[in-house]
Amino acid sequence: MAPVRGDGMRGLAVFISDIRNCKSKEAEIKRINKELANIRSKFKGDKTLDGYQKKKYVCKLLFIFLLGHDIDFGHMEAVNLLSSNKYSEKQIGYLFISVLVNTNSDLIKLIIQSIKNDLQSRNPIHVNLALQCIANIGSQDMAEAFSNEIPKLLVSGDTMDVVKQSAALCLLRLFRTCPDIIPGGEWTSRIIHLLNDQHMGVVTAATSLIDALVKKNPEEYKGCVSLAVSRLSRIVTASYTDLQDYTYYFVPAPWLSVKLLRLLQNYNPPTEDPGVRGRLNECLETILNKAQEPPKSKKVQHSNAKNAVLFEAINLIIHNDSEPSLLVRACNQLGQFLSNRETNLRYLALESMCHLATSEFSHEAVKKHQEVVILSMKMEKDVSVRQQAVDLLYAMCDRSNAEEIVQEMLNYLETADYSIREEMVLKVAILAEKYATDYTWYVDVILNLIRIAGDYVSEEVWYRVIQIVINREEVQGYAAKTVFEALQAPACHENMVKVGGYILGEFGNLIAGDSRSAPMVQFKLLHSKYHLCSSMTRALLLSTYIKFINLFPEIRGTIQDVFRQHSNLRSADAELQQRASEYLQLSIVASTDVLATVLEEMPSFPERESSILAVLKKKKPGRVPENAEIRETKSPVPNSHNNAHSNAQTNHTSSANNANASSDLLGLSTPPASQSGTLIDVLGDIYSTANGNSNVVNNSKKFVFKNNGVLFENDLLQIGVKSEFRQNLGRLGLYYGNKTQTALQNFVPTLQWSAEDALKLNVQIKAVEPTLEAGAQIQQLLTAECIDHYLGAPSIVISFRVSGGAPQKITVNLPLTINKFFEPTEMNAESFFARWRNLGGEQQRAQRVFKAQQPLDLPGARNKLTGFGMQLLDSIDPNPDNMVCAGIIHTQAHKVGCLLRLEPNKQAQMFRLTIRSSLEAVTQEICDLLVDQF
Amino acid sequence: MLQFMLLFSRQGKLRLQKWYVAHSDKVKKKITRELITTILSRKPKMCSFLEWKDCTIVYKRYASLYFCCAIEQNDNELLTLEVIHRYVELLDKYFGSVCELDIIFNFEKAYFILDELLVGGEIQETSKKNVLKAIAAQDVLQEDEAADGALRDIGLL
Repeated sequence: MAPVRGDGMRGLAVFISDIRNCKSKEAEIKRINKELANIRSKFKGDKTLDGYQKKKYVCKLLFIFLLGHDIDFGHMEAVNLLSSNKYSEKQIGYLFISVLVNTNSDLIKLIIQSIKNDLQSRNPIHVNLALQCIANIGSQDMAEAFSNEIPKLLVSGDTMDVVKQSAALCLLRLFRTCPDIIPGGEWTSRIIHLLNDQHMGVVTAATSLIDALVKKNPEEYKGCVSLAVSRLSRIVTASYTDLQDYTYYFVPAPWLSVKLLRLLQNYNPPTEDPGVRGRLNECLETILNKAQEPPKSKKVQHSNAKNAVLFEAINLIIHNDSEPSLLVRACNQLGQFLSNRETNLRYLALESMCHLATSEFSHEAVKKHQEVVILSMKMEKDVSVRQQAVDLLYAMCDRSNAEEIVQEMLNYLETADYSIREEMVLKVAILAEKYATDYTWYVDVILNLIRIAGDYVSEEVWYRVIQIVINREEVQGYAAKTVFEALQAPACHENMVKVGGYILGEFGNLIAGDSRSAPMVQFKLLHSKYHLCSSMTRALLLSTYIKFINLFPEIRGTIQDVFRQHSNLRSADAELQQRASEYLQLSIVASTDVLATVLEEMPSFPERESSILAVLKKKKPGRVPENAEIRETKSPVPNSHNNAHSNAQTNHTSSANNANASSDLLGLSTPPASQSGTLIDVLGDIYSTANGNSNVVNNSKKFVFKNNGVLFENDLLQIGVKSEFRQNLGRLGLYYGNKTQTALQNFVPTLQWSAEDALKLNVQIKAVEPTLEAGAQIQQLLTAECIDHYLGAPSIVISFRVSGGAPQKITVNLPLTINKFFEPTEMNAESFFARWRNLGGEQQRAQRVFKAQQPLDLPGARNKLTGFGMQLLDSIDPNPDNMVCAGIIHTQAHKVGCLLRLEPNKQAQMFRLTIRSSLEAVTQEICDLLVDQF
Repeated sequence: MLQFMLLFSRQGKLRLQKWYVAHSDKVKKKITRELITTILSRKPKMCSFLEWKDCTIVYKRYASLYFCCAIEQNDNELLTLEVIHRYVELLDKYFGSVCELDIIFNFEKAYFILDELLVGGEIQETSKKNVLKAIAAQDVLQEDEAADGALRDIGLL
């Protein structure tokens, strides 16, 4: 290690050595704590501490912070150092502040004052220190404090070059915080003319600033284009000796070149002036020509810098998208890179080609490289490069090569990395739909997708294939035949069962003529999968069965038997039970005509953009390479027989709450056009809100107001709860009572609370014995710790099996809503109203008006509010009927004060509820918990 | 614009961190942990760029140290590699064959050099000579002060 210039700090070096010599993590922490205690006592007690010592201790604190420990003192001492007249002390002060002070620190005013003094210094080194600090912190306060000084420093003729450089980037940083800081008018042209500065460093820094300014106000800064082109032209025609130290490994000014090329990408077209345009094209050609020259050095730095400029030039060419010859040359250049030795270049070439593929001028040129790209997808060692190859294949796909590309992607999918499978499935599905000339091919592709990568086929994908089959008459028979064959595989994916079930239910009749796929064979095939499937798929299959009764009256008896089996208690799932019994009734009571009308074929889906595309875009915002003709996507074509009858299932399932069945077959971003056509998706909502049975008592909602009592009860099981809360901690006892005459087996309660939510409310649960004997009761203990405010409440899923019966599953919300952590707060009218007014902001208040429960019960409401956990404050509101409350929610992170006012309107039998709190999310949640409860 | 730069060792120890966008300490720690694990698990011949959240990570290993930068999607990846290289060259020139220990013991110098190269996440000065000149000027100021102090201590000033 070389001796370091400047002034070393021996104490610091010794301390760092000590830390490095620690044999264990514990020893290190011990040493650090000792040092922290020492520094703390020095800072507190020793008034004679000189600048050097302060500097040393501040530096030690900084080191400790960088090791990953929290530092909560020393800020004041660091700020003191700023006003030291010794540069070395000042510098350490600034460093500490840059690393450790956040923008809303109380100290910011003091810091700003010190910076002001240093900006006035005649020594440019001091000025730069101050500028760098502003750039590091870049707060709103700073933007306001320095909005005059910094622009002046930037354009003044007296300012030294080094200061100008810092001033430009400092201003850029403040502009990002506070866009109004930039003065307009004559300043504009003075800033633009920095592009002509003698000093390359100044130009480089200024170009970054101008790029940001142009983005906000392109018209005002338009003058920069011709200056930028001239500057670029001088650089690309310079020999590497011309620019001296701004040449980097034989490449003249690569940073400035790239910045200028970026700056020009803000305009399209970059300029109307043919002269400037011609010069720009010459520059771009020169850069492309240079790429063909033999390298001036074997060093990777040379090639990187040179290619950095080349790629940026290609970006500009793609952005302009107007010069066919440049586009094709760019494409050929990138094509060469596809087989370069450097992984980095292959990666970037694939990425850049994606953009070229979307230009009409270079699309064909890109396609010439198809084989190499397919090889990249298969052979590259790095998954991120393979991913780029997949993106490029997607982008270069058109009608002429779709079949080949889709086939290659399907082949690759069998061995593809798990991390990219889902996205590949979406891409294949989109391409297959878009370029299908023959829809039998499309059906084959999607069924292959399910076969190869069933787990990665999202709902949108299989919804879409059904939409398309329904809308295209010519493919329906083929689809029925193909799914029938696919279902014969011994192990087929559940998604295949869903598609198969749906399609056979609609079009099974088209293949029923063949004895190998006779009605009974179809039914038996589907039903053989029934027991292996999830409830949602089972529900879908039940719908298929009732459709079969309509299509094939001859197998009605068999199907009715199945319905009968599932309509009683043996079916664990309430929805399945209900479906089975209602379908059974329908098949018994309805005449053939009625049945035929109710179960008529699904009407065509309205045309709209594929929802799969929306999913893909959502997955990779801003990163989805456009497929060349992607905007045309508007299939499928509706077919001739448009029947307007509403469908059986929509009528039927109205018993379930499908009011918000918006995630429909038809698309994600667009609301459903009509209620008909939502067949499959309504099931999704049923399964997220279990327990609709009549003999079930589920009291979760009442537990917002109380802590003890019976939470849930049905014929098998009773669940009681006792709970207590203190500050941000809570303890719950759950009591499970077996009401039956036999033991409940495999009795497992599991907590449902996402990992993300658990960061806010941490719930620990103790395991219980897996067997609950007849008539017995067991207790389960839970502890909860509220760390931050949260929404909703965890629930518990109890699964068990009544001996000899089907498995049962019960979901119960736990009484762990946020209000449990309320501490009631007493206050007088004056302080109540002062707080009330303080919390008047838009985000702090929430108000709802709702109908009262009959009859309006004011004492009951008062009881509930007390049970809710807030302090009911009497004689505060002038109207004695109105109820006002105050409370504080305790979380580990913070305390949230909360005020409430509940105003009854006896005539209208309504309540108006107003909540105010310092946190918007809490305000809303409290409001939601209370609304409709009185 | 650079979002941040991290230097860490092959053992996963963070040696230097510079943030050009504001994050809470908690978030910074999380990002750091995630990136160190991700990058250390990559093989030597792999690509130096990876898509990560909504930015691109550019990294390179020099001896026992990894240098890792996060840039925005439109920024130039190859040139970011050279920002790293320029920084390494500057450290090397200043310390004379720099090694990890130099950066540990003189972390403040490493910061000062970085602040001359990059300001607010943008390159300020690409000339090696000019950066070294600026650092040398700082050192001269410090040495003068140190000399003054010593003279004052022995009563000569």
